[in-house]
Amino acid sequence: MRKLLEGSMAVAESIKLCRPHVVAAYPITPQTHIVENLSQMVADGDLKAEFINVESEFGAASVVLGACAVGARAYSTTTSQGLLLMAEVLYNMAGMRLPVVITCANRAVSAPINIWNDHSDAMVIRDSGMIILFAEDAQELMDIHPQAYKIGENPEIMLPVMVNMDGFILTHAFESVEMLDQKAVDEFLPPFNPEIKLDPAKPITMGTLAEPRWYMETRYKIAETLDDALPVIQKTAEEFKAKFGRWYGGLIDTYRLDDAEYAFVAMGSLIGTLKDVVDDLRAKGEKVGILKIRSFRPFPYTMIRDICKDIKQLIAFDKSYSYGWGSILQNELRNCFYGQKHTPIISGFVVGLGGRDIPPKSLIDAFKMAKDKEVLNEFVDINLELVGGRR
Amino acid sequence: MAETTKAKKEKAPVTESLLTCGHRACAGCGESLGAKLVMDAAGPNIIVATSTGCLEVFSTPFPESAWRVPWIHSLFENSSAVAAGIEAGLKAMGKWNGVKVIAQGGDGGTADIGIGCLSGMLERGHEVLYVCYDNEAYMNTGVQRSGLTPFDAHTTTSPSGKVSFGNQRPKKNLVEIVAAHNIPYAATATVGYPADLQRKVKKALSIAGPTFLHVHVPCPLGWAYKSELTIEIGRLAVETGLFPIFEMEWGKITRVRKITKERKPIEEYLKLQGRFRHLFASDEGKKELAKIQAIADANIAKYGLV
Amino acid sequence: MSKPILLAAEPGSSKVNKTGSWRTMVPIFKHETCTDCRICVVVCPDACVFGQDNKYHADLDFCKGCGICAYECPVDDIDMVLEVK
Repeated sequence: MRKLLEGSMAVAESIKLCRPHVVAAYPITPQTHIVENLSQMVADGDLKAEFINVESEFGAASVVLGACAVGARAYSTTTSQGLLLMAEVLYNMAGMRLPVVITCANRAVSAPINIWNDHSDAMVIRDSGMIILFAEDAQELMDIHPQAYKIGENPEIMLPVMVNMDGFILTHAFESVEMLDQKAVDEFLPPFNPEIKLDPAKPITMGTLAEPRWYMETRYKIAETLDDALPVIQKTAEEFKAKFGRWYGGLIDTYRLDDAEYAFVAMGSLIGTLKDVVDDLRAKGEKVGILKIRSFRPFPYTMIRDICKDIKQLIAFDKSYSYGWGSILQNELRNCFYGQKHTPIISGFVVGLGGRDIPPKSLIDAFKMAKDKEVLNEFVDINLELVGGRR
Repeated sequence: MAETTKAKKEKAPVTESLLTCGHRACAGCGESLGAKLVMDAAGPNIIVATSTGCLEVFSTPFPESAWRVPWIHSLFENSSAVAAGIEAGLKAMGKWNGVKVIAQGGDGGTADIGIGCLSGMLERGHEVLYVCYDNEAYMNTGVQRSGLTPFDAHTTTSPSGKVSFGNQRPKKNLVEIVAAHNIPYAATATVGYPADLQRKVKKALSIAGPTFLHVHVPCPLGWAYKSELTIEIGRLAVETGLFPIFEMEWGKITRVRKITKERKPIEEYLKLQGRFRHLFASDEGKKELAKIQAIADANIAKYGLV
Repeated sequence: MSKPILLAAEPGSSKVNKTGSWRTMVPIFKHETCTDCRICVVVCPDACVFGQDNKYHADLDFCKGCGICAYECPVDDIDMVLEVK
């Protein structure tokens, strides 16, 4: 069955089908429609969950942490400032191996305050130990959340998962979405049944102090598990495809990449725009394709090297920036190919910060500018007359 | 009948506490005593969330734990929110079964950094008993001033010095802030009166909705007194009027523990503690003592302690 | 793949840590005037006073020698003495 759904509604419908016991969230633009929809589902009795109206995002993350520790499936959603306020808890959740799922409606980070889309917020959580996935459109958002729970709750993984969706571009846009069937989701996603949980019948202690002889080993295990998560993410997407027939990539996805010489690399909704750009350039005889990063953490190094073995140049379009270092996505790619036999030229453009429009023409111009050249950390469509910057 | 008489006469042997031996609290620690009393009054059918602080550090250096109840520590400022999540999770999974959820933290974790989460938990009406163990400073980090440090106390960040008598702000009235959330039960208690504390734990756990205990727990290290005096000092705080003991239901005071013996001058409490030593060293200090006596007098008048 | 670790500690596992070694003063339970009030049990911050029927003792594996039990004993049946090890 297909329905015309706002991206936020697709997320809410998908979460409902995952049967969370506890939903705790704090309203923040542009995430609000997700929590409004979920609370309405609870109010209507369509979702049998405790909906907790918390006093802050810090509280939201703490509530879902507690719920997960007692063996409940728990969900929260936020963005931008809210994600930063959650940060302390998210690191803690990963360290405690509590597989909560959180949707981040990606938005710029203040100052200056700005409610529009980029990926700066997600990058703050980059090193938390969470699994970090990016979805491309409303259909993928419908499909990715059961996968997120299945990956995180895998007994070999036991880590929280953050699903990223572009604020406004995906949260507020309506698309035709194929609905998931509850019975099929139940078959795909078994109930959460952690081996260790808070229970008076077996009174274990969670969240202990780890002295130096334990701390490093504990953190090492997170590193190891993130490596282990690579095949699990891929396999979970394949299982989803086998059951539901849809494929958005596992760790990555590709578009017209087979015979390509140039690959655009990006995450999230920009992939849609890039597909049009690629079609346009292909029509003009340019051998371009797309490498979509679906799993940002763990970062699929081996798979990217493999798939790009005949690629001449990678051109990253990044919605985030590491100040004093450069485009994050571009630098991930450079790291990926460092010391390899085949090293494509790698260029990186920064686009769309704070919701700046990304017209196809700008992407085509960027391609022309970078073609066969290493162009690094280039801010697209920057108006230097406005701020008096230098080139 | 004969059996009942027999049971009264012969007490069962002392059994292991739910906060057991081998923890690394300082000798004479008021907080470990307070937590032990709370756990044993509550019984084993509980789940406990604890804030970062002395209590968490001394009881759970992995792989050891002194807790014999299901117990979790997440962060400094979120034990109330974690407890709320535990309660919500149990409810949603239909595993409520009379399990009681207790959140606990120190004075800093409760009244300062954790007051946002605490307020949210209270306002939303979670079935959680929150216990604040108040040793009147950030002891775990080395005796720094908190919002519950009393007037003129020397701490490492409110030191007494040539031009200062220590902490220049009065103690925040935590229990009244909590009670203003119009919760069914909030009370103060102290390890100085263990039976009173344990009665309040049981009472709080018998009441539906969020409940709160503010427990005064003297700290031999931070307050600089001999470890054997923990209970004595706890009692003196009450008997001088500096830590009033009372219960509040739905925001109103319903029961006050009167000062039982003769009301004691504040000096009897202060002189035992190194953190107030500077007040006894000069004439200027004596003027400060008058200010502290005025705080006790105001408490006595406000709460009707005599 | 290997299993994640959660650092979950077993209940009461702290008993491997014999805090009795910290002690300089040791409580002597005299068993002369004991009224079986159990105040010594209640006030022990280390939960290490055990016994029954007027015969209580501190578990010296754990007793840190704080002296609260002796100070609070209403019938002066506990002495704190310097421990000779």
